[in-house]
Amino acid sequence: MNIDDNQLLRFTTAGSVDDGKSTLIGRLLYDSKSIFQDQINAVENSSKQKGLDSIDLAMFTDGLRDEREQGITIDVAYRYFTTPKRKFIIADTPGHIQYTRNMVTGASTANVALILIDARHGVIEQTRRHAFIASLLNIPHIIVCVNKMDLVGYDEQVYNKIVKDFEEFSSKMLTRDITFIPMSALHGDNVVHRSEHMKWYPAAPLLYTLETLHISSDLNKLDLRFPVQTVLRPQLQGFEDYRGYAGRLSSGVVRVGDEITALPSGFTSKIASINVGEQEVKEAFAPMSVAITLEDDIDIARGDMIVRSNNQPELSQEFDVMVCWLNEKPSQPRKKYKIMHANNEQVCMIRQKVYKLDIETLKREETTEEFHMNEIGRITLKISKALMIDTYRENRITGSVILVDEQTHETVAAGMIV
Amino acid sequence: MNKFYLDYLEELESEAMYVIREVWAQFEKPVILFSGGKDSIVVTHLAQKAFYPARIPFKLMHVDTGHNFPETIAFRDAIAKEKNVEMIVASVQESIDTGRVQEEKGKNATRNALQTTTLLDAIEKHGIDCAIGGARRDEEKARAKERFFSHRDDFGQWDPKNQRPELWNILNGHHYQGEHFRAFPISNWTEMDVWNYINREQIKIPNLYLAHERKVVWMNDAWIPYSEYLSHVDPNDVVTKKIRFRTLGDITITGGMESDADTIDKIILEVAALKQTERGNRSDDKRSETAMEDRKKQGYF
Repeated sequence: MNIDDNQLLRFTTAGSVDDGKSTLIGRLLYDSKSIFQDQINAVENSSKQKGLDSIDLAMFTDGLRDEREQGITIDVAYRYFTTPKRKFIIADTPGHIQYTRNMVTGASTANVALILIDARHGVIEQTRRHAFIASLLNIPHIIVCVNKMDLVGYDEQVYNKIVKDFEEFSSKMLTRDITFIPMSALHGDNVVHRSEHMKWYPAAPLLYTLETLHISSDLNKLDLRFPVQTVLRPQLQGFEDYRGYAGRLSSGVVRVGDEITALPSGFTSKIASINVGEQEVKEAFAPMSVAITLEDDIDIARGDMIVRSNNQPELSQEFDVMVCWLNEKPSQPRKKYKIMHANNEQVCMIRQKVYKLDIETLKREETTEEFHMNEIGRITLKISKALMIDTYRENRITGSVILVDEQTHETVAAGMIV
Repeated sequence: MNKFYLDYLEELESEAMYVIREVWAQFEKPVILFSGGKDSIVVTHLAQKAFYPARIPFKLMHVDTGHNFPETIAFRDAIAKEKNVEMIVASVQESIDTGRVQEEKGKNATRNALQTTTLLDAIEKHGIDCAIGGARRDEEKARAKERFFSHRDDFGQWDPKNQRPELWNILNGHHYQGEHFRAFPISNWTEMDVWNYINREQIKIPNLYLAHERKVVWMNDAWIPYSEYLSHVDPNDVVTKKIRFRTLGDITITGGMESDADTIDKIILEVAALKQTERGNRSDDKRSETAMEDRKKQGYF
């Protein structure tokens, strides 16, 4: 197998056991032959113990003991499989409203969101919530899996109605690339193999769609943003004067000779060299991890950002974010939080709550109440020292922040810069 | 370089280098847990790449059960010399001698579980605040939920239900004095990715991974290498087979598989066709359905 050109695709699945989400993932892994024989044996044994006639595909994705006992997925679990065309990472998240934070976490790194709909129930509130989260987290592609088609007699009319209902509300969303696929995960229709029962559906099954989706343009290649993680000073023979800036490009392309500005200082210089380990390269692009040297000796530290002189982010000490509260302890007025952003860290305060979103109805409500776990809304943050920011729509890395509780050190909130 | 996207191995490499650099930036005294297995060898290689032209800024730490393959120890010492890094050796034998742990008894006794105490003692003794490991999420279901930065309380314990959410590429390493983190830069790699990467980067690995002739005993559905530590073995059961190891752990519990794959290329072909999971030959995972989860909660790797 030639692996030299295969890309990595990360997708998230939001849905509950009732939608057949675990069965769908199990089917995807099983039919693409990504499951080892000893795992199949183990699941066969457990299925028999539970008194089931056939193998319970959902059990391939069940993780920890508590979940198996309660029959629910309580956290983000990651699964892997590879086909001759791509490597896939699945962020498998629970779909109930009380796990919104897990969904947000899984969605934060995904190229694609799979949204499951039970064909018997059609578009329900939960569907809207999942689509909203995918859009909020700016996932570039959505695949709507209309599942359990076997239970509605593989009826094209039922499917068409669901597509129409979904399109009605999704026209307001950021995500432009939406694909619909009718399927039955339980029987394997249109998951890996084409359905024999739904000849009326002309397009490809799920796996082929995932294998061929165009993802090269998902990352912003226009705006050079290079947050400095650490400074390399080897102090070895032959490298006495070496001063390299190590980091991972958040977006854009950088070439040797480019004129750059270091922020927040504003000093300018030119790129002298770019390295990936020992290998010297002429150019680098996101999401590469590289070490960069400059022609001039200017003062740059962790948390600073190297950008192209004619294309700079905003330096801002006060800005709005869409926030998802992640912690059991609600937000507190006048409390200071650590804010982490692009390898930079400062202190911040929630200056103002603009609104909360009712994630059942997606209606905005003005409120003075604090944010509780799993709640989403818009707030204004005041930062101790300016951050180099972009909007989340333009840049998922330099447009995102997390808040950390100064006492417990826990990650309490995720924010997307508006 | 004309294309503007990475292939998946390059992307995994870039992600791992990022995580390793974050460890260096956020912690005071990190180490790389070095077992001599392929995963920790890959992590060490990635660390070198992440800091080039500087040396690897971490010490390596080996938890030595005393029941090693001699080849592993030789390889470990050679790596430390080649990369010019200090190797801390934490000894399970010492933990037994000082009464910190008690050796298991019986036919299937191993020192595997004892490592946890030795590891946690060493972390405390050397003031380590982050231990970088080569664990991968695809290895075992309890590991599927690990974070890149995995928080441990001051008893070294992992609480899978109370993990910090990890969003985008922001890694939160904040902690109290006395607590430590485990960091897993190759979380998203599979066994196949590791082999393809070893092949692409031409990374040296112990010959134990390649097919070779060895004296072995059939125990617990696997070929266990014959060694002085195996008691209860009838000499008549010892046979010579051409085998290789998929994982390297204690010599007493690491099962080999019959194989002719004596080059990395052949191993890749073989792994692609395998029907058993990688840890399927590890008797420590077979004790119960949640064996790994239980050990991890106590502070195992």
